[in-house]
Order: sequence, then C-alpha cells, then structure tokens
Amino acid sequence: MSEFEPKVVAFVCNWCTYAGADLTGTSRIKYASNVKIIRFPCTGRIDFMLLLKSFANGADGIIVSGCHPNDCHYTSGNFHAKRRWIMFKELMDFMGIDMNRITFSWVSAAEGARWAEVVNSTVTRVRELGPYVSYKQMVNTSIEEEVTHA
Amino acid sequence: MHNLILKAKELLENKIVSVIIGFETGSSGKVRPVFITDSNKADSLIFDERCIQNLAVYLTKKEVKQFGKMGIVATLPIMRSIMVLISEQQLSPENVVVLGISGDGEVLDFADITVMQHYIEKCELGNPAKEQDMLATLNRLNMQEKFEFWQKEFSKCIKCYACRQSCPMCYCTRCAVECNQPQWIPVQSNNLGNMEWHILRAMHLAGRCISCGECGRACPVGIPCHLLTMHLVDQAQSYFGVYAGISDKMSSVLSTYAPNDKESFII
Repeated sequence: MSEFEPKVVAFVCNWCTYAGADLTGTSRIKYASNVKIIRFPCTGRIDFMLLLKSFANGADGIIVSGCHPNDCHYTSGNFHAKRRWIMFKELMDFMGIDMNRITFSWVSAAEGARWAEVVNSTVTRVRELGPYVSYKQMVNTSIEEEVTHA
Repeated sequence: MHNLILKAKELLENKIVSVIIGFETGSSGKVRPVFITDSNKADSLIFDERCIQNLAVYLTKKEVKQFGKMGIVATLPIMRSIMVLISEQQLSPENVVVLGISGDGEVLDFADITVMQHYIEKCELGNPAKEQDMLATLNRLNMQEKFEFWQKEFSKCIKCYACRQSCPMCYCTRCAVECNQPQWIPVQSNNLGNMEWHILRAMHLAGRCISCGECGRACPVGIPCHLLTMHLVDQAQSYFGVYAGISDKMSSVLSTYAPNDKESFII
C-alpha cells in the first residue's frame, strides 16, 4: 500500500504570503508539493465557508496565511481576519472538527524560507493525522443520500 | 400586569404608538404574541413566566413596521435585541417605545434608549445557568465525541430555518442559504449541508447573539442550536470582554478589532 499523501489547500493573501511563496520559489527552496495555493486579495476576504468547502471537497489539511499584524496592505484586513479566526476556531473546537488540520500563520513577502517551513510542518502533521476520515464519511453519506433521493 | 395594560392603553390612546407588540393567552394554556392597535383590546395583554419568546424579531418585519411607531413588551433579552438592532441601523430609536419588564415582573418606565441602556448595564448578561451547564458538559467531551454528538443532532435537521426566522438578529432579507451562485448551503437536508448551515448561522451571529435561546426553542426537532451561538457568546466575552446588545452605539465583535487582540494559535 502506498503511503498516504495529504491534500493541503493554502488560502493566502496576495500582498504578503503569496509574494513570500513566490520568493520561496525564486530562492529555489524545495517544499512539499502537496499544497495547492489559492490567492486572495486579503486575509479579510477569506470566508470561513471556503475552509469548510475545501474539507468537503477532499482536503485533509488547510493553511490560512496573510500579512503580519500592522502590515496589511488594506491596513486592517488581517486584524478583522484574526478576530474571525478566533471565533471560527472556538466554534470548530466546540463542534468536534479537527483544528490540528488547519494552520493559521503570518508569512511576509520576505519570509520565503518560513513559507517552506509552514507548508512542510503542516504537511508532516497532516500526514501523521492521516486522511480526514470522519469528515469524508459525512460527505460520502450526504452524497449517497442525494443519489438515492434523486 | 395591570400596570402593563394601563401603560399600553395610555400609549395607544395618546397616539404615541400605533401598535403594541405583546403577549396574550392562546389556546391550550399557551401564550402567543399579539399586535394591538386598538386601546380597547389592550386588556388581553398578559405577562407571566410563560412569556419568553423574543418579540424583537417582529420589529424588523414590514408587516409590523407598516403600522407606524411600535410599542413592545420587553424582557432583558428583548431589550438587548433592540440595542443590537439600533446599533446595526435596522431600527430607529424614534420608532420604538419599550415597555420594559424587570426580572421580577415589574413594569419599567424607560424615557429613552439611554435609560434602558443604564438598566441593561446593571443586569446579569451571561448565558442562562441551564445552558451554561450544558455548555460545560459538552466542553468536557473529546473531539470525536463532540463531532458525533453534533452529527447526531444535525441528522434531525429538516432545513426549515425556524432557527433563523425566530432570531431578531437574522434580519437579512436575502440570506446566504437563498444564494445559489455559488450555492453555499445545499437545499436538501443532508449531514454535511446541515452542519455547514449551523456553522454559517453561528458564525453570522458570533458576537451578536444575546443569549435569548429562541433558536433552540423554535427548532421543531429539538436541535440545541442555541448552544452554538451561546458558546460564542462565552468566547467573545473571554477574548474581547464584551457582551452584545449593551449599547446602541457599539459595533459587534467581528465588525471591529483591537490591535492587541490575543490568540495563541496563529504561528
């Protein structure tokens, strides 16, 4: 049996983390290829529903990353995002959804090496956790129901 | 109760308000909301321990607003809902007269919103004790047990959206669940969609919930969905030190920020 390779989705802001990930590439730093990066205008734009939809579509882990506090291109997007993540994380913990699968981080445009580190550590952690079985089961039963009712 | 009726009659007779929203006796020992426009009918108004519905939900409905200025029989959760609605520009303070009811059933006289605010500030604002116990019990479970508990509860959901309809803060005329491009929440009831709906609802009420518990009471299949929003009431208090609905000028927790907000999970 082949080893489990986790699928990780990264929601990143255009101004810091996306540029940081670009720097990782131009600096020729290797990092896990499991990650699919999705670029957003700002962390403030990253809706919590998007995270849920990535789990529903088969992601095993998620990275959410943006500018360090005080460095937001739009001044306060990341501060608003921070409050939203705090509430989201507490709600997810309360509902029994595995928050070890979601990494929240601040990565600036100058931190190419740090981005590689964030991705690698997340991929390693999610690989140890294995596929997100309980969530996938819930998704599958929901699809089956849909098919039988159609 | 007598004072309440007198006050309501006075307001209607002097044309200060055009409608009084309150409670009356319904069938089989239940109480129901009533909308009184004629002072002669104000005698049907009652208030007792069965009157727990959050009447503030009617303040934003066009069918009620069309009467004109509204008077409302309000317990503490209703007063706090009114504060949230005013702070979110959904209700104008000039358009409402509050017939306050204190914790021990006394009629309170609020000259204006500021007086009501002073009253609210003196009250106990956390979650009710019964719900607080349930939250504590749930919080002691491990991740898998919590997941299974909520999956079992959500499997009962029939997507009737009574939780949304009963909530004064869910006033959007076009809710995210009615949006189908993209379709955030599937129309049919299945475990995934039901869970997504309850997460969406709780997140949209994060820092705006005033712990009235109406969503849980409205649920026809008995999902304790009020615990989700009440959990966030606790969290908003512990992280940001505020309760919703204590002033007509405050912004909700998620529509504002402080540069020194503390968390421990962002690396």
